[in-house]
Amino acid sequence: MSGYRLDRSDNGGRIDRSKHLSFTFDGRSYSGFQGDTLASALLANGVMVLGRSFKYHRPRGLYSAGPEEPNALVTLRSGNRSEPNIRATEIELFDGLEAKSQNCWPSPKFDLMSINQLGGNALAAGFYYKTFMGPKIAFNRTTEVWWQFEKLIRRAAGLGVAPVEADPDHYERMHAWCDLLIVGSGPAGLIAAEMAAKSGANVILCEQHPLLGGSLNGTGDTINSLDAEDWAKSCIARLQAFDNVRILTRTTVQGYFDDNILQAIERVADHKPVPDPHEPRQRSWIISAKSVVVATGAIERPMVFSGNDRPGIMLADSARRLTCEFDVVPGKNITVFTNNDTAYLAARDIAKCGGNISAIFDVRPEISGEARAVAALIGAEIHPGTAISRTGGWQRLSAVQYGNYDFDKKRVAPQSHRYETDCLLVSGGWSPAIHLTSQFGGQPEWSDELQAFLPGKPTRNWRGAGATVGAFGLENTFISAAKAAEAALEDLGLETKPALIPEIDGNNFNLAPAAVFEIRREIKRGKSFVDLQHDVTAEDVRLAHREGFVSVEHLKRYTTLGMATDQGKTSNVTGLAIMADARGEKIPGVGTTRFRPPYTPVAIGAIAGECFGHLKPYRLTPMNDWHCDRGANMVANGLWMRPECYNLSGETVEQATIREARTVRSGVGLVDVSTLGKIDIQGPDAAEFLNRVYSNGFAKLPIGKARYGLMLREDGFLFDDGTTWRFSEHHYMMTTTTANAGPVMAHMEYYLDVIWPELKVSLVSITDEWAGIALAGPKSRAVLETCVTGVEMSNEAFPSMGVREGTIDNIPVKIARLSFSGEMAFEVYCGAHYGQALWDGLMEAGKPFDIVPYGLEALTTLRIEKGHVAGPELNGRTTADDLGLGQMVSRKKPFIGSILVQRDALMENGREQLVAVKSLDGQKIRGGGHVVVSSDSANPGESLGHITSACYSPELECYIALGLLKNGRSRIGEKLYITSPLRGSHSPVEIISPHMVDPKGERMHG
Amino acid sequence: MIITCPWCGPRDLREFTYRGDGTITRPDIDSENVDLAASFVFDRENPAGDHLEIWHHGGGCRSHVLVKRNTLTHKIITCGPLGPFSKNGAKA
Repeated sequence: MSGYRLDRSDNGGRIDRSKHLSFTFDGRSYSGFQGDTLASALLANGVMVLGRSFKYHRPRGLYSAGPEEPNALVTLRSGNRSEPNIRATEIELFDGLEAKSQNCWPSPKFDLMSINQLGGNALAAGFYYKTFMGPKIAFNRTTEVWWQFEKLIRRAAGLGVAPVEADPDHYERMHAWCDLLIVGSGPAGLIAAEMAAKSGANVILCEQHPLLGGSLNGTGDTINSLDAEDWAKSCIARLQAFDNVRILTRTTVQGYFDDNILQAIERVADHKPVPDPHEPRQRSWIISAKSVVVATGAIERPMVFSGNDRPGIMLADSARRLTCEFDVVPGKNITVFTNNDTAYLAARDIAKCGGNISAIFDVRPEISGEARAVAALIGAEIHPGTAISRTGGWQRLSAVQYGNYDFDKKRVAPQSHRYETDCLLVSGGWSPAIHLTSQFGGQPEWSDELQAFLPGKPTRNWRGAGATVGAFGLENTFISAAKAAEAALEDLGLETKPALIPEIDGNNFNLAPAAVFEIRREIKRGKSFVDLQHDVTAEDVRLAHREGFVSVEHLKRYTTLGMATDQGKTSNVTGLAIMADARGEKIPGVGTTRFRPPYTPVAIGAIAGECFGHLKPYRLTPMNDWHCDRGANMVANGLWMRPECYNLSGETVEQATIREARTVRSGVGLVDVSTLGKIDIQGPDAAEFLNRVYSNGFAKLPIGKARYGLMLREDGFLFDDGTTWRFSEHHYMMTTTTANAGPVMAHMEYYLDVIWPELKVSLVSITDEWAGIALAGPKSRAVLETCVTGVEMSNEAFPSMGVREGTIDNIPVKIARLSFSGEMAFEVYCGAHYGQALWDGLMEAGKPFDIVPYGLEALTTLRIEKGHVAGPELNGRTTADDLGLGQMVSRKKPFIGSILVQRDALMENGREQLVAVKSLDGQKIRGGGHVVVSSDSANPGESLGHITSACYSPELECYIALGLLKNGRSRIGEKLYITSPLRGSHSPVEIISPHMVDPKGERMHG
Repeated sequence: MIITCPWCGPRDLREFTYRGDGTITRPDIDSENVDLAASFVFDRENPAGDHLEIWHHGGGCRSHVLVKRNTLTHKIITCGPLGPFSKNGAKA
């Protein structure tokens, strides 16, 4: 026996029987209707086992009809759109939908891993932790046992598998502002929204489902003499007519953050096979709301009893929703097990649609007249004072055993009776969905009357409405929502009219449950599940208690209760109740853990938004098009795109780099350095400021000169290096490394704003305003001589570190004679819009000298050969002395870091110092490889340091690298090894001085 | 979180960067006292409650602002100007 579709012609609820959709589950084809969820369609097709459980691989079926679903997790779609752990209850059916069950092999019905059920006790709570402490197998390897287990367990336990291909869809981020955000469009949300709309407030109404109306959909109640659903429709139509109301469906409010900022995820295209062209798959809303009405409703709780996870057992109200909204009845012969009256309402609505309810087991001995009337109306026999003690069936439910329940002993009587049923609806009461209010630190308060946690006092500007604040039943809901909206609007200073509370058909059900959470038997047999998704049983909770994990936070971590993808939506309160019972305390004495965002799992893409793929921000230099036209291989360097090298046809990157670097050493090359950070510094105190910012002297830098400078942090470590050029008495330009342009600017702004506001200095970032080209090589001066006007280029007139202004092809330029490569070199800067023209002019002027453009790789090769440091060496853990730049730290003046750089620890013997290494066996040296003494690759021994930058040196004709080596300067000449176990390399090297090319610096001065 | 920049008005948190404790004073540039310098760099209170902080409006006017924030509730109590154009600054 199994679920089936009602044979009704009047299109009950939301499905459209004229539109057939076909879909596959585990490769088999099924059909459903427009409006179905994957869960309702599978149930209508009689598919009852949807997957296997997390640890024990027990067969599991549909348990709910909403976001709380613990069992029916599937992998949706395939290939690069495959998405694991998606709740079947939340998937809207579309034609061609493809879904797969998870955590089972070969199929959910016949799963080989179900053998885990036999070893059940070995997999109880704390299993992982116990294996950490397991017996030692070999000397000093305490975790050996765990390692052996881990391989098996990791394969056997778990959920879906993450896709390995890149996500082809795109996502969007939206910002919105409103007076009032209403979360949830059930009866409470609708009433509040209409009141707010009428008052003129700017309203956003978010509903997680595609259909507005929440619990009003499919209910048998009447409002203002209308079917509840029709009343909702008319209310929604009125709302849609307001200009000041924005309604977002398929939008789940996931997080509540500071200053009433909430995040919501709108599933724009998840109900389609693929998004329309240019349509985002999901949209992340950041909503800044002056006030919030939280009308998120409540989630039904299960009852815990032996075998309560068998397919065919589900939440009562969820069965009602499936029947009334989707025309799908979960069984032929339905029984109900409850501790409260709401299950009778569910039974009433299911029977009204045509479902067959044969018996109701109610743990309460006294049953109200209203409830009895419902049972009589639908022809169901009531068994008062009884409880289900266990269940029977293979793969799915076929019968239950019930017996009398003893409230004093908190046990079910051993004498039990069998009752045949293929579907058991359970209701253990309701837990208000207090997730959002709790996220923001609202301390939940326990209500003894309702046997539930309520949101407690608002810590921010929100009001709770309806079942969220424990106002169960339609009338209470309307009253509480009207009150909430009124208060919220009053806070906003808006006028409100007294709400018209709709007339309800007057049911007087007592909706509070009896305080029964678990049905225990005299004998311990079978598993009673608390957390279905993580396979945590009531016995696990008691085991945690016996082993001392009695606080709620320990309980959670030791048993993993509530830590699955559903975050314990159906299990938290029951788990706490069982722990409270074990401790002999009341539930509030045990406490509750705080909920964290998100409310339901969120796709990573939705958080990344546009910062992904071709929409990711990146920066281009003015000469970018030229580089691309030349076929340069563009690589990311921070946010910038830069040419790696300009490959001639057939050249590899390494060959091109060697050719480019050789040309610079023997002739002339040019490179785009527009990416360097450039800061314009002006003011009467600029000289004093620079003298404090740099560790070397800057007070006496003459006009028309540039100087290389080091910046330290306050703690004495190196921060950045660069050059600063002096144009006039009060005018300088600073260059920084590409990577640190932003941080250096912010660093200097901080000192001028906060520390030394008395200094008259002004800073402007001009990185984007100026294009830069470096011309390097022995023929660089000759090239400039042919094209620069207004500058005397001779060695005497324009010495090293000189700064001049002139023109090239009528373009105003600033030229400094600076060298990064060790060769004679010039940096030429011009306004960014002239960048390409200047580049063209220099290429033209360089033609007779066989000038070549060179890329980032050749630039790096040249600076490594010269022993110049860059980002990999300026890693935040090195001092000037470590890098051989100790003479640039002044002892004569105070500057940022001047005191702490003299700390003993920074001068100590044994620090890692900059050295170069030369490969002795012709093998490449790997960046990140470690320097060791041992020649044995299997036992490399202690690391003495590591390689920071590596390349092939065309000048030395071998592989070289820079690295940081313990006491490196005293080890020059030693033969050591570079080991990289991950890459399987272990090569002999010689430690050499980092000044590998022209150590005396004759070339750049010549 | 929203910070009301004294120059720009209410702006989202993501425009700002936290720049440290606002109750700390840097020793004078000419000071050679190692203890004072070490204290300036390393010693921080971790108060539960109201706290003065410096934030940088790097995604806006690029000014530094002095924020009084409750570290328990994240509530921002005041936000005032810092630097040469503030009341205590040199150029006011």
